[in-house]
Amino acid sequence: MKYLDEFNDPELAAALLDDIRKTATKPWALMEVCGGQTHTIVRNGIDQLLPEQVEMIHGPGCPVCVTPLEMIDRALAIAAMPDVIFCTFGDMVRVPGSNVDLLRIKAGGGDVRIVYSPLDAVKAAIDNPDKQVVFFGIGFETTAPANAMTVLQADRLGVPNFSLLVSHVRVPPAIEAIMSSPLSRVQGFLAAGHVCTVMGMGEYVPLVEKYSVPIVVTGFEPLDVLEGIRRVVAQLERGVAQLDNAYPRAVSFEGNAVAQKVLADVFEVTDRMWRGIGMIPQSGWRLQDKWAKFDAEKRFDVSAITATESPDCHSGEVLQGLLKPNQCPAFGTLCSPAHPLGAPMVSSEGACAAYYQFRRLDAPSPVGA
Amino acid sequence: MSEPLDFEGWSCPLPLRDHPTVVMGHGGGGRLSSDLIRHLFAPAFGSVPTTDSAVLDPAAFGLTGGRLALTTDSYVVRPRFFPGGNVGDLAVNGTVNDLATSGAIPLALSAAFVLEEGMPLDELAAVAATMRAAADVAEVSIVTGDTKVVDAGHGDGFYVTTAGIGVVPAGVDLGPHKVTDGCSIIVSGDIGRHGIAVMSVREGLTFGADIESDTAAVTPLAQALLAAGIDVRMYRDPTRGGLAATVTEIASAANIGVQLDDRAIPVSDPVRAACGFLGLDPLYVANEGRLVAFVATSDVDQALEIWRSLDLGAGATVVGHTVPEHPGVVTARTPIGGTRVVDLPLTEPLPRIC
Amino acid sequence: MCLGVPGKVEEIWEADGTTMARVDFGGVRKDVCLAYVPDLQVGDYTIVHVGFALTKVDEASAEETLSLLRDIGALEAELGVTFQK
Repeated sequence: MKYLDEFNDPELAAALLDDIRKTATKPWALMEVCGGQTHTIVRNGIDQLLPEQVEMIHGPGCPVCVTPLEMIDRALAIAAMPDVIFCTFGDMVRVPGSNVDLLRIKAGGGDVRIVYSPLDAVKAAIDNPDKQVVFFGIGFETTAPANAMTVLQADRLGVPNFSLLVSHVRVPPAIEAIMSSPLSRVQGFLAAGHVCTVMGMGEYVPLVEKYSVPIVVTGFEPLDVLEGIRRVVAQLERGVAQLDNAYPRAVSFEGNAVAQKVLADVFEVTDRMWRGIGMIPQSGWRLQDKWAKFDAEKRFDVSAITATESPDCHSGEVLQGLLKPNQCPAFGTLCSPAHPLGAPMVSSEGACAAYYQFRRLDAPSPVGA
Repeated sequence: MSEPLDFEGWSCPLPLRDHPTVVMGHGGGGRLSSDLIRHLFAPAFGSVPTTDSAVLDPAAFGLTGGRLALTTDSYVVRPRFFPGGNVGDLAVNGTVNDLATSGAIPLALSAAFVLEEGMPLDELAAVAATMRAAADVAEVSIVTGDTKVVDAGHGDGFYVTTAGIGVVPAGVDLGPHKVTDGCSIIVSGDIGRHGIAVMSVREGLTFGADIESDTAAVTPLAQALLAAGIDVRMYRDPTRGGLAATVTEIASAANIGVQLDDRAIPVSDPVRAACGFLGLDPLYVANEGRLVAFVATSDVDQALEIWRSLDLGAGATVVGHTVPEHPGVVTARTPIGGTRVVDLPLTEPLPRIC
Repeated sequence: MCLGVPGKVEEIWEADGTTMARVDFGGVRKDVCLAYVPDLQVGDYTIVHVGFALTKVDEASAEETLSLLRDIGALEAELGVTFQK
C-alpha cells in the first residue's frame, strides 16, 4: 500500500539502525510520546535492535491509559443505565474502572457498542430516538476534531438524544509535567505525528527552549520511528536542542487550521487528572458551556462518582518513564492482561501490556539501565 | 439467499403466508413442529428425520476398526449473513473441521436449533439450504436434529449447535504429544479472511472490501497428507484467535518452543489493508477454511507440494518451526529483524484508535 | 491515539451538509468525512483517523523523506557495515 510499504523497508531499517549505532557514543534516554509509536517499537522489536546506549522510555501517549479512573467509573455508570446506548472506541472496553469494565456491563445487559467513528454514534442516536445515545469522547488532539464534529452534527441535524462524555487530554502539558519533574530521565522526545498533523508544531517551541530538549515530530511506521530516533540522537550527540519535523508528509508547522478552528469553537482547556500521574493543569479539554446540552456529564447525574486507585498499581511511575513495566512488583503476578490493575496493562498501547505481550522472555532490567 | 418459501401444503392454522415467521408452536412438537421439519428442514437436508436420534453403521461407510471421533460446537455469530457465507456454512464446516483435524473421516452431523419467535422463516430456510450445500461438499449428512423456540426477546434470532461423528482410521495418532523439536509449521492459505469479512458487515464497523469468508471443509487437506504417508504430528484449524491462538495453544500443550517468521505469514492485500485501518494484527483474526499442520521438517517440502496441488491449499506455505529453546513460548522474527513474543489473545481482536 | 492510515480518495459527495469521500485503503473502502480537509480531490492521498481525513499526504515530502532514507542506506552500504540481523 502506498505510503505504508515504503516506510517498512527492512533494508532501510537496517541502515538506519547502523547509523544510530555509529552515532550514539554515550547513553541517551529518549521518550516516544505516542502509544501508536510504542506499538511500532514493540511490535517490530526495535528497542532490542537499538544499540545499548539508546534507551526508549515509553511515554504517557495512550489516552486509554491516562483517562482518569473516575471518568471511567462515570462511563460505566452511564452505560449501565436502562435505555442508554453507550458507544465507544474498541480500546476502552476492557479498561478497568474501580470494579468492572464496559465488557462486563455489556454482559450484564448494558447496550455497549463499539464504533469505528464517532459519527456512527450520532447515527445510532438518529436511528434510536427513544434511547439516550452517549459517545465516550476520549483521545488526544488527534481524535478531538472527530469528537467535536459529533456535537456540531447533532446540533445541526437536531438530535437531542445524543450526548458526548468528554475526556480529552493534550500532549504539550504532559511533556511539561514530565520535564519539570526532578526525577525525569528523558533527554529527547519523539513527538506524536498525528497530534501535530492537527495542532501543528508551534506548541513545542517553548518546551524546546525552556528545557533544552530535542523534540522531533515522528510518524508511525518502522522507518519513521527509526528516523525520529536517529535525529534525536544526532542532536544530543551534537549538544543541540531543536524542534525538527521528521514526518513532513503529514505534518506542517501550522497544522490543520480548519480543525483548530472547530476545536476552539467546541472545547475549552481545563485541568485534568491523568490516571497514575495526578492533576496536570490545563492539560485537558472539556465542552464549552454553550454546548452544555450535549454534555453527558451534565445530562446524567454522575458527577458525584469519585474513585480510588489500587495501591499496588504503579502505572503513574511507568507512564512517567520512572519504572519499566517489568520492574513493577505487580507485573505478571497481581497484574496481567487477564487481571489488569491499571489501564497500561489493558490497552494494547499501554506500556505494561506491550511489555507483557512481548517480553515474557526477558528478565527485568536494573533501574536506570 | 434462496428462493422464497412456498407455503403450499403447510397445514398451519395461522396465516403463515401473511406472517412467515417462527412462532412458539414450531418448537412444541405438534403439527406446527412437524410442518417445519417436513416443509423446511427435510427438503433442505435431503431426508425426513422423524426423531431426534439416528443410528449409523460405520461399515456402511467402508470403515472398520479405528476410533470414534465426536465433536460439538455452537454457532451464534452475528451478523448471520456475511460476505462469502452465513452461519449455516460455519456450523457445518466448523464441525467437520474439528473432526478432520483429529485425522478423522467425518461421517454425519446433527443440528439442534434454538429459534427466537419472530425469526423470518425465509432466513431459516436459507441457512438450512446452505447447511445442506456445505454438507454435500464435505461429504457428510445431517442425519438428525431438534428445534426449540424461545419467546421473542429471549434469543438472538437463531442459535445452532452441531455435533459431528467421524472415524479416525487405525494407525492415525495426532496431537500435541507428537509435537517435538524438528517440526515445521505450515498453513494452507492466507489468513484473516473470515474475521475481516464478518467485521466488514458488523454494525458500527461497516466497510466495503473484496474480502469473503474462507469458510470451507478442510478434510481433503488433512486426508491428503496422511494418505501420502507424510510424518504429520498434529493438525489444527485456526478459528477464533487466529493462527496466534492455534500456535500458542499447541506450543503450550506440547511444551515446545516455536519460532514464527512475520515475513512468511501469508496475508492478502485487502486483509492487510483492513487490519491496518482497524489496528488489528492478522495473526489474531479468525479463519474458517484453513488448516495448520505440524509436520516433521524432513517431510515439509513434500507436504507443501501436495497441498499446493489442491484448490484448498493453493496458498500453502511454511510459517515457522519448533525449537528446543523457550519451551511453551512462541516468538516471531519481525520484518526488520527483531523478535517479539506472540501471546495467547485474551479476547477477540477489537478495533483500536491508538 | 493516532492510528492514522493513508488512503486514496475515490469519490466525493455531500451528505447532510458534510463533505464525505469514499477512500480506498488498498482493497478496503470506507466512507470518510472530509470536513477537515475540504480541498481534497479525487486521486489525492489522505491520512484517515476514526473516519475523518486529517490531512492530505504531501507526496513531494514523502518522496523527499524516502530519498533521505535511501541516501543513508547507500552510505551505510558503501561503508560496508551491515547490521547483523
